[in-house]
Amino acid sequence: MQMSPIIISMKTASAAIAFTFLLGIFVARWVVNIKSEKAKMVLDGILTLPLVLPPTVVGFLLLIIFGVNRPIGKFLLEFLGVKIVFSWPATVIAAVVISFPLMYRSARGAFEQIDPDLVMAAKTLGMSERKIFWRITMPLALPGVAGGGILAFARGLGEFGATAMIAGNIAHETRTLPLAIYTEVAAGNMEAASYYVIIVMSISFLVVALTNYFSLKERKYLK
Amino acid sequence: MGLLVEIKKKLKGFSLDVSFSIDGEYLGILGPSGSGKSMTLKCIAGVETPDEGRIVLNGKVLFDSEKKINLIPQERNIGYLFQNYALFPHMTVEENIGLGLKLPKIEKKRKVKEMIESFRLQGLESKYPNQLSGGQQQRVALARCIVYKPDILMLDEPFSALDSHLKDQLQMEILALLKLYEGEVLVVSHNRDEIYKFCKKLVVLDQGKSILFGETKDIFRQPRLHSAARIVGCKNISRCEIISAYSVRAVDWGLILNTEHPVPDRTKYLGIQAHDFHLLKTSPDAGIARQNNVIKCQIEKIVEGELEYNIYFRNKEFADANGNSVLLYKVRKELWDNRQNKGDVYLRIPEKSILLLE
Repeated sequence: MQMSPIIISMKTASAAIAFTFLLGIFVARWVVNIKSEKAKMVLDGILTLPLVLPPTVVGFLLLIIFGVNRPIGKFLLEFLGVKIVFSWPATVIAAVVISFPLMYRSARGAFEQIDPDLVMAAKTLGMSERKIFWRITMPLALPGVAGGGILAFARGLGEFGATAMIAGNIAHETRTLPLAIYTEVAAGNMEAASYYVIIVMSISFLVVALTNYFSLKERKYLK
Repeated sequence: MGLLVEIKKKLKGFSLDVSFSIDGEYLGILGPSGSGKSMTLKCIAGVETPDEGRIVLNGKVLFDSEKKINLIPQERNIGYLFQNYALFPHMTVEENIGLGLKLPKIEKKRKVKEMIESFRLQGLESKYPNQLSGGQQQRVALARCIVYKPDILMLDEPFSALDSHLKDQLQMEILALLKLYEGEVLVVSHNRDEIYKFCKKLVVLDQGKSILFGETKDIFRQPRLHSAARIVGCKNISRCEIISAYSVRAVDWGLILNTEHPVPDRTKYLGIQAHDFHLLKTSPDAGIARQNNVIKCQIEKIVEGELEYNIYFRNKEFADANGNSVLLYKVRKELWDNRQNKGDVYLRIPEKSILLLE
């Protein structure tokens, strides 16, 4: 068993959740405040798509966007000297795209269940929009937002299909735990694979336990 | 000074068209559920935007569609007591009251303490809203509005969420607490009793339109409009035909009634409040009965209430089986139980009690 897949996976999942968490909250806020029901529905569909598409399809689409012969990939390579595909950042991009819908949907649900009267009351009390967000909206949405973050982290950690498509399976570089498991099994090393499996299972169990802790944790004000 | 509201807004199912102005008195907005009462308050508070019109509070223009003025709620300085109180559930009583205050810490603390004492919330400072009774929650919400010194206080159905056996006491309490506040007060309710007790002026809303505006007592005494009469609680309303300057025919009851004042040409309905009938002691002879607005009653049903009977009856001498509508007479129990004439019941409709309605 090598340490590098564990380290790469943790790095990837941590970097991915940082992006996903903020992006998910931001986009959820934005969608909740959209007035037109139609626009909301279309947008929601697009934003949820990565959750329902096969990860290989998402990976394929990402290849089309970031491939070195494609406009965006070419631009990044020629002007910024950054090669995305088959490099570590690609594992993060894959994890972000795949885990984003979980974060977004949880956050959106959490924002939508807040009584609109509370926000209206805060406005009539003269609170600024920023203060309302930090003192009213976020604290009330926190259980849902945190739960979404944990789920998104777990999903990012387990990402396989899209990662394989856009980041490849390069040892010590883009080989995350799920890819390492696949590689070991393909090579007939069941024992090495089982270590990785145990590690993934432990992390996942911890995550589920944390989720339950957050959702069941007694809030003083809910007594 | 005062509040002027003239607004229109298209909504699902109906359109809001409200206008009134007040000048220091307590104003009530009375209307059935779904008549646009809360929406009117929300437009004044600025959390909803009317399509057109004007809202001016103490000389400050809050909204003017022509001049393209639309202040955000934060700039309007309006106290809004929500129907469900809208207390922040994750904050204690103290935090709820102090949250909107923009004062230095020490001063804020002093101010909050002062409010907690005035509103008799001592000992509850660090409780969360869900640990409080309905009445306590309401006092917190009111304190939260008043501490902010709003130019106007708007109460949305202030008593609908309270247990009925506490209502009377809490109404008195709130009235006393409102004395702490010097400014305009606007009360929205579907409860006639509350409005009558609280408010000197009254706006009657029906399907989004402000159909009447004036002194509360005047409107309850003479609602003038068919729909307003229903809203202020007139149970007996009949279509009517004008016979002469001082007499009308109540079509649904088969009666010819004399009136106190000349009948306006636009009169289409007439109403009589359930309490306004006079129970006659003796049976009058037919001729006198006809001249004196007397009905010979055919009693359909008697429902016993706590203090009075609700007596449902028809005009016995009206032969039209389909058109003969039921009337309601409310009478104190002892008056009814001790009546001398136990045979046919005769009720007189006093001329001055007849409501002539458009």
